[in-house]
Amino acid sequence: MSADLLLRPAGTARVTTAADVARGRARRARRRRTVVLVLLVLVVAGFAASLMFGRTYYPASDVVRVVMGEQVPGASFTVGRLRLPRAVLAVFAGFAFGLAGVTFQTMLRNPLASPDVIGISSGASAAAAVGIIVFGLNGTAVSVLAIVAALGVALLVYVLAFRDGVVGTRLILMGIGVAAMLDSVTAYALSRAAEWDLQEAMRWLTGSLNGTGWNQVTPTVVAVLVLAPVLLWQSRNLSALQLGDDTAAALGIRVEHTRIILIVAAVGLIAFATAAAGPIAFVAFLSGPIAARIVGPGSSLLVPSALVGALLVLVADFIGQYALGTRFPVGVVTGVLGAPYLVYLIIRTHRAGSSL
Amino acid sequence: MTTTPSLTAEELSLGYGDRTVVSDLDLSVAPGAITVVVGANACGKSTVLRAMSRLLTPRAGRVVLDGRLVHRMPAKELARKLGLLPQSPIAPEGITVADLVGRGRHPHQGVFSRWNEQDDEAVAQALDATQTAELADRAVDELSGGQRQRVWIAMALAQQTDVLLLDEPTTFLDPSHQIEVLDLLTDLNQARGTTIVMVLHDLNLAARYADRLVAMAGGRVHAEGEPAQVLTEENVRAVFGLESRIITDPTSGRPLMLPIGRHRVFEPANG
Ligand SMILES: Nc1ncnc2c1ncn2[C@@H]1O[C@H](COP(=O)(O)OP(=O)(O)O)[C@@H](O)[C@H]1O
Ligand SMILES: [Mg+2]
Repeated sequence: MSADLLLRPAGTARVTTAADVARGRARRARRRRTVVLVLLVLVVAGFAASLMFGRTYYPASDVVRVVMGEQVPGASFTVGRLRLPRAVLAVFAGFAFGLAGVTFQTMLRNPLASPDVIGISSGASAAAAVGIIVFGLNGTAVSVLAIVAALGVALLVYVLAFRDGVVGTRLILMGIGVAAMLDSVTAYALSRAAEWDLQEAMRWLTGSLNGTGWNQVTPTVVAVLVLAPVLLWQSRNLSALQLGDDTAAALGIRVEHTRIILIVAAVGLIAFATAAAGPIAFVAFLSGPIAARIVGPGSSLLVPSALVGALLVLVADFIGQYALGTRFPVGVVTGVLGAPYLVYLIIRTHRAGSSL
Repeated sequence: MTTTPSLTAEELSLGYGDRTVVSDLDLSVAPGAITVVVGANACGKSTVLRAMSRLLTPRAGRVVLDGRLVHRMPAKELARKLGLLPQSPIAPEGITVADLVGRGRHPHQGVFSRWNEQDDEAVAQALDATQTAELADRAVDELSGGQRQRVWIAMALAQQTDVLLLDEPTTFLDPSHQIEVLDLLTDLNQARGTTIVMVLHDLNLAARYADRLVAMAGGRVHAEGEPAQVLTEENVRAVFGLESRIITDPTSGRPLMLPIGRHRVFEPANG
């Protein structure tokens, strides 16, 4: 095959070489790698800090000994039993929300189409609340219930509003309506709780890491370890889907098949994380756009968004616990961050007159 | 790029929901030639193109590429042989030209395989051919319509298929950009022998650039052949419901259609 296929008009010099293209690609890849590395360092630092700092300070050496399984008076309880599961859940739930959120936003080509805006998180949350409070379930049963409900909501929204790959105002409005309905189910379940527990209420309404134990952490960690690779494996197909269903299909993507894998994996992440930590407000919604700002357009946002999600939850939980005088659940803090952005997006798209 | 593959539609019936749009359509695309499809709005041109590239499953009939059923081929294999530029492709917000063109390499890449030199070479050639190299680092959504269309064509070129289907590649372009795009596609056809099938709205440009012209009406092929055989006053009347006169284009020798409306024309020559 001749390298130069005589496609240029006669007389014009060839201007681009494979090396030029490779250079540009390397430049973009470098930026992305740097961002991922910095985010990773920040997540690790945030994780370490949330183990060391709090009401009482424990030096890194104590923390390391506790994590290695040694008995350290005081630290073993505070760090080992309280802070460690909480920090692990913060990282993994944030990772799950960030990853699932950006998957939906990319697949549906709309920053408003994140699972926490269109009702999927609310479905998981309502199911978990009903399961725990009304039926007295716990552990895996709650996760299973949450995932079934979240898939159900995803299916409902899909069938009602999603046709031919077109995501318009319809899907968003439908989702917001469904979310409101499901939130009232959660509220109803809470109102029937035998012993009214504010902590529990806040968990299912806004998301909270208070009182996290290992039995809540494990399912989320397993879900992330299983489902995140599935999404990363689909990363290129997801990028192609962004070009529209027809173009994606013309590039050899099996559009429906890909979409189903993406939805099931993302909804699974949302459901498991929600069953453990509640629908931590707007983390799924915010992570993708923040990551897009840092990474720049064009390259895959999956990993950066997941890390942004983890960082958001870690930092917001830390702020909620120690920075505000009274203790607030993490979801209140992320909610304060996310709500203005949601309003801004709606105003912006409304102005632009686009289909939301 | 060596042999010219054959592409045919046989007894094809297509529809959406419970509506049939195309019924019993036979079309055989001339290998290595430029085929232009014309027809009134909503007569099913896009639908046929979508079925030929497997975006739509036929109700009945089949599409055959090189003796193989298109709808049975593995998706990626088909995408290495046949490309489609849809009528309104979507560019993700902020994506750069180089990145978008690079997406055309998708069917040549495995799930985990890294970019290789061939991919870079294909992208470089595509940028060169469409003269979009100097735009490589610009965001697609800040380009002009003509530039953007060339970028999309570059993406389709990077796919390096032997057959390329294009749905209205010149719509929304000004005359000079229309000509530029059609010249580019003709270059591609002549240099690589790429089989090209495209939908055009401008009958005169269709007649000028087509080796074979296909006129569709109501989901069927009304006439098919060399432009001079197809672009006739009777066919224009039958397909578009339009009175016209056909003369010979002094610049190309191809037929040139002059529409006749109710105003601004002399009295009909022969009654
Ligand atoms: N996705 C779709 N769903 C339902 N009907 C469609 C769809 N796409 C096209 N149609 C209908 O099929 C007919 C043919 O459309 P199309 O092939 O796009 O026509 P053309 O490209 O010739 O203008 C039109 O009546 C159109 O309304
Ligand atoms: Mg069309």
